[in-house]
Formats: sequence, C-alpha cells, structure tokens
Amino acid sequence: MKVLMLGWELPPHHTGGMGIVCYQMCKQLARSGADIEFVLPYTADFSHIDFMKINPALPDDVEEIIGSYVGGSTYDSQYFEYVLSDGSTRGAAMSEHQSNYADYVSRLVRYSDYDVIHAHDWLTFRAALAAKQASGCPLFVHIHSTEFDRSGGGSGNPLVREIEYIGLQLADKIFAVSQATKETIVREYGVNPDKIEVVHNAMEFEAHELYEDTSDNTFRYLEQMQHAGYGVVVSAGRLTIQKGLTHLLAAFRFVVDVHPKSLLLIVGPGEQYYELIEYAASLGLSGNVIFTGHLNGTGKQWRDAFRVGNLFVMPSVSEPFGITPFEALAHGTPALISKQTGSSEILRNVLKVDYWDANEMANQIVSVLQNHDLEQTLAENGHEELISQTWQRSATTMMRHYHHHVERRRAPQRELAYV
Amino acid sequence: MSNRRAIVLYMHVHQPFRIRHYTIFDAGRNHDYFNAPGGSRENNADIVRKVANKSYLPTNERLMRMIQHNPDFKLSLSITGTVLEQFEAYAPEVLKSFQDLVATGRVEIVGETYHHSLAFFYNRDEFEMQVQMHRDIVQRLFGVNTTSFRNTELSYNNDLAYWADKAGYKAILSEGWDPVLGWRSPNFLYRPAHSENIKLLTKNYKLSDDIAFRFSNRQWSEFPLTVDKFIDWTKNSWDQPLVNLFMDYETFGEHQWEDSGIFDFLEHLPKAWLATPEHTFMTVSEAASTFEPADTVDCPQTVTWADTERDLTAWLGNKMQQGAITSLYGLAQPLLQSNDLTLIEDWRKLQTSDHFYYMCTKYFTDGDVHAYFSPYESPYEAYIAFMNAYHDLKYRLTEKGIAV
Repeated sequence: MKVLMLGWELPPHHTGGMGIVCYQMCKQLARSGADIEFVLPYTADFSHIDFMKINPALPDDVEEIIGSYVGGSTYDSQYFEYVLSDGSTRGAAMSEHQSNYADYVSRLVRYSDYDVIHAHDWLTFRAALAAKQASGCPLFVHIHSTEFDRSGGGSGNPLVREIEYIGLQLADKIFAVSQATKETIVREYGVNPDKIEVVHNAMEFEAHELYEDTSDNTFRYLEQMQHAGYGVVVSAGRLTIQKGLTHLLAAFRFVVDVHPKSLLLIVGPGEQYYELIEYAASLGLSGNVIFTGHLNGTGKQWRDAFRVGNLFVMPSVSEPFGITPFEALAHGTPALISKQTGSSEILRNVLKVDYWDANEMANQIVSVLQNHDLEQTLAENGHEELISQTWQRSATTMMRHYHHHVERRRAPQRELAYV
Repeated sequence: MSNRRAIVLYMHVHQPFRIRHYTIFDAGRNHDYFNAPGGSRENNADIVRKVANKSYLPTNERLMRMIQHNPDFKLSLSITGTVLEQFEAYAPEVLKSFQDLVATGRVEIVGETYHHSLAFFYNRDEFEMQVQMHRDIVQRLFGVNTTSFRNTELSYNNDLAYWADKAGYKAILSEGWDPVLGWRSPNFLYRPAHSENIKLLTKNYKLSDDIAFRFSNRQWSEFPLTVDKFIDWTKNSWDQPLVNLFMDYETFGEHQWEDSGIFDFLEHLPKAWLATPEHTFMTVSEAASTFEPADTVDCPQTVTWADTERDLTAWLGNKMQQGAITSLYGLAQPLLQSNDLTLIEDWRKLQTSDHFYYMCTKYFTDGDVHAYFSPYESPYEAYIAFMNAYHDLKYRLTEKGIAV
C-alpha cells in the first residue's frame, strides 16, 4: 500500500499538536504495512525517522526552505525563507508557498505511482486536489481542526473555509479526530455523515518519556512556593481565542478568592498574549499568574512546566482533539479539560467541565489544590489510562478504508454492476 | 423432620441521602448538602418516588399476595434509617405498605446501622449509637424489636460476630464466600469463632446472584430463568437444610426491570417451592433457633457481598475514598462535643457508605456497573462534592468556636 502523505509539520520542527499526531500515526500505519512518502513544506533534519520517506516540497532552484515553525503562533501566519541554488535567500508568504507546495506534489505524482493520497488539514488541500486530479488516486482528507474551531466557533477566514469546503467535498473519505469534529464537518460544511469516519488520536510515549524525571525542575520559584503551601495550575498551548484562556483566568479569580495560595502558569505564545496579561492584571491576579511565552515543545522547559503542576488545565472553547492533557498525564500531572474537546470523548480519568462554567471550573481546581488524595488518584489512574492507549485501532481502521477504496478503483465495472 | 428444608429470603432496602452538586463556594454559606434541586440527578425525593413506582410499591403488593396465598411463606427485610426517613418525607404510601407487611407477623426486620455506614471499622461508639438509632426507628414505625443483625454491605468478620453475640442477637448474616467457608456449604447454620450463642447464616451467592444479577442477562447460558429451573437447582443440595437467598430489595423492578418477568418469578416461587411437603420458608431468627450449627467458621478478615473481590475495596480501595472517610471520622470528637444535633446528623448522613462507593475508580476506565448506581458524572466529582461538604462541617464547627 503506497501512501502519499501530505502534511505541514513533523516533530521536532513543529508548532502544534498536528505534527506529533502525524508522526505517531504514520509510525503505526507503517507497522501495519503502509509504505509512506511524507511531503513537508520545509527542509530539516529528520534522520531519526526511518519508518517512512520524507520529501521536502522544494520548488525549482530552491535548495532549502526554512520554516518559521517556532515563532509563529498560528499556521496561517507562518513565513518561509527560500535558500536558492546560488546561495541567496528570499522570503515567501504563506499563499505563495502553498501554491509551490501544490506544484511540487502534482509533479511528484506524475513520476511515481501511489495507491492513495492522505492529506492533513486545509494547508495541504490545494496540493491534495491537484494530486488527485493528476493521478486519479483516492483522496483521504484528515481533519485535525477546522477554521470553525480555530476561530473559536465563528466563521473565520472565508478563503480558508472555501478551501476546506472544496477539499471535504472532493475527498473520497474523511477522517475526523473526534465525534465532535465529525459533527462540526456535517453541520458547518454540509458533508454527508456517511463519508466521515471518526479516527481518534492516541498518544504513545516512548518508555523513557514515561519514567519519572528526577532532574531539577526549571521552575525553581514554583517549587519553592509549593513547599510554602502553594498549589500550581498549568495551562499550555497557543494563546488564541480557541484555547479559552480568558475563561480559565475568570475561574482563577474565584480560585484565589477561596484558596489564596494558588499560582497559574501559562505557557505558550499567541496573539492573545498581551490581552491575557492585561486581563489577569485587571482581575487583580498579577501576583498569581505567570506567563512564560513560547517554550520549545520538545524541550526540557516545556516538560518541566507539566511536571511542576499540581493540575493541568485545557479550557478550550472548541478543540477537535487536544493532546496536551495526554502530555500532562504522561508526566504524572492530573488534568482538567473542557467538555468541548475531542479528547474528552475518550479520556475518563480526568476532570471535565464546560469551558464557560467559571464557577464549576474553579470548584474543581480548588478541590484538587486542597485535597492531595484527589490529585494523586487522578494522576495515578490517568497515567494508567494513558499507557493503555495505542494507535493500533485507528491505524487498522485507516488501512481498511485504504484497501476498500483501492479495490473499488481497480474494479469499477463490478461496482457498476451492483448499482 | 430431618429432611426439612427452608428458603431464607432476605432483602435489603436502602437509599442514601445523596449529596447535591455542592461546591467550594457553597461551603461556609449553605449547609444543605442533601437538598438537590428537583430534576437533577442527585435529587433524593425524585429518586425515592421513582424507585417507589418501579420497585417498592409493586413488589410489596406482590409480597402481600404471596403471604396471603401461602401460609408458609415468610421473609426478612432490613430497612435502613436513611430510607425510612425518606419514605416518611417523600413516599408515605411506601412506608405504609412495609408496615402492613410487618403487621402480618410473617416479616422479620433485621437490625443494622441507621445510616448504612462503615462506622464499625472506624468508631465503635458511633457504630453502637447508629445501631441503637435503628432499633429506635424500627420500634417506632413497626413496633418490633430486632433479634438478628447484618452490617452494611453484608460486611462481616470475627469481631463483628463477637460484638453482635455480646449485644444479644440470635443471628448474624454474611456472604457465603468460598475462601471463608472452605469446604463448607453455605446451606447450613454455623457458629462464628469465639462466640457463645449467636448463629451465622451465609448467603448462597450462586443462587442469590442468579436472581439478583443474571436474571435478565441474555448472554447468560441459563437465560431465561424460570421458577421450575431454579427449584430444580436447589435439589442439588436436597440434604442441606437452608437456601439462603440474600439480595438487594431493589432487585425487583429497579435492577431487574418489570419487563424481564422478575415479578412473576418472585410471585411464583413460593407455590413451586412449597409443593414439596418438606419445604418451607423461615425468617432469619427462626432459622437460627430451628437448626443446629454444623461447624464453627473463623473469619478474621472482612468479607462483604460486593464485586468479585468480596471485600471493602469498592468503598475504601483508593486514596480518595480512604482520605475522605478518615477525614470524616476525624471530626467525631469535636462534633459530638458541639452538642448540635443538626450538625451531628449531617455528619452521620455523610457516613453512609454510598458516598464512598460513588468515588470508586475500580473498573472506571472500562465504564462499568459502579457507574449505574452513581448520580455523578465521575468518581472524582463525587469526591469533590463530598469533600466540600466536609469542609463546610469544619467551617460550622469553627464558627462555634470549636477547634478542628
């Protein structure tokens, strides 16, 4: 089964969860017999990945593409730098780069044979459609998030929605990361539900990632305050409207009212950064809320943020899946997640709350900070649940759909006979 | 009469005072832990009325008919103080139907703690107080004295038997669990180790659970269970005097729904059993004074009738449960010192074992039967509501100037 996989990022060079999910998904698909060629929009060292072939989408004359994957807060504000064969460099905006990516992919399918095309989110859809047209291969689009989610449940960028709409309509099959995402696709994009298969993400950790890390924690101040009886709440992700941090801050005001020895660590960059700092100050929480700004998602500081927390909170307004609570559980920190997240469909040993219910969110946070037994039971059972998660089931489902569509393509006459 | 055989049918009636969605913002302000608004999952009045219609009223109607039509039919009931209080408040017609049954003289009321608590394992004085409270309410509502005893969730060990013996009970109940009985059959009367007069009746869990758990299970190889088939199974032990069928009363109509045929099964059981001349029914105390103990049973460990482990782990298995219960009993001293009866009663209602059961995380990941009985979305939310109520108890104590 030869799979042309169209993605936008892979770890360690990534900004969001999609890169990690693609990496783990492909690893399991490869184990299940898929021969994967993964196209990326930038060049980087991926010598540690041996289970698939990785192709950077280089336009003619370009030797290297440097992605601004670390600084950007959202995918559509990313910026790329081209290093040309003569050594000179020039910048490329998102739209130009996307069309270069599509050109590269349509050239690629002319020279090689693939059985299926599997494309991840709207950024790759133009390329995916071009590839489908050129090759006739069945197209699978994988929805990790929609523009509806990213705009916090609004209409978002109309151009992006248009690309999503066309990709969803022309796909042969759609994989959605959660039931909630499937419902969004049906409701917001008018897609027939029968065409959509829910394929839940899993979060598999390497054994060494699950062992207790005994190194000194980066956040010395927070540890010191914990010794002095403070409780530490952590949230991490892009600071955008979708992530619901204003709701967490509103809840945290109530938390501090009843449990003054509470601290909130907010990790991540994003367009709401200044707004959130101001909002925290206006709530009188300047002394209780700490912002780190961007931390490298595979670095020690990032891991230490999860480790130091007594509780991790993901207060997202609309989250197709959300992998950060899995990271928290991997580090032995219990999680509180909003019910408006895809991962709340599968995680059981976590606290759950409606993102808008600041009172209840505060109630649950205080309870964890005041009752060590709750913190510990949630952490232990959550960790155990995390270990039992694997990609195998989802990979089996995807392979089944690949085979089904490949066979259908090979035997079109028989299919007609049934109609 | 050497071949005389008796079914001892014993049913347990209980409802807790469920804690409402009680938040940390209620603590120190509202003390109405058990007063959930109507329509919510933890509303006790709604639940009692619902179970009354599905189970208590239709079952009692049939039990009354069974008593009237079969002169040898008898049964035993244990009814907790917390459910009697709720019948009085929310469903007086249910209370009346139980009183009518007891008035026939063919229904024995078995003693227990008023609050369906685990006090025996944490505070012996408190335990004795709750047993006395239960004796009082049974005397007040039914005009009878209890002469046999069962502890919460059929928890049992040598210490409990010793206590019940000294307290003058004729009989005590336990699970007929193989690791305790060893080669012995649950179908005989036994003498608890270190006791003088008291007799032990052990639950025949195979036959009891065929009715209580498996009756409507279509995957069960014996489905559907008929009265004839059931009576046939009891013939395997034709030379043993007792068939101890112990179960939750709510088996009838609530755990097993009416459309499963459970009521017809119950109603037809006496006639079919009594068709054999040597067969009869006995109450718990009657069985204890009729038969001779076959042997002594030594049970230093605590057994219960719950889960496959038959121990207390469904209530005390995780850190949350242990923390919650030790915190609660830790307040005993200052609370009793407060002399505030409302405050003490709230503390006692929080001792009801169900609160700890709702916090059980065993099998939670797989989504299991424990969840069926819980009004909360997760064990963690059950714990949060409970601990907030606990914090409020402390608040009320400190308000009175009592150090906690």
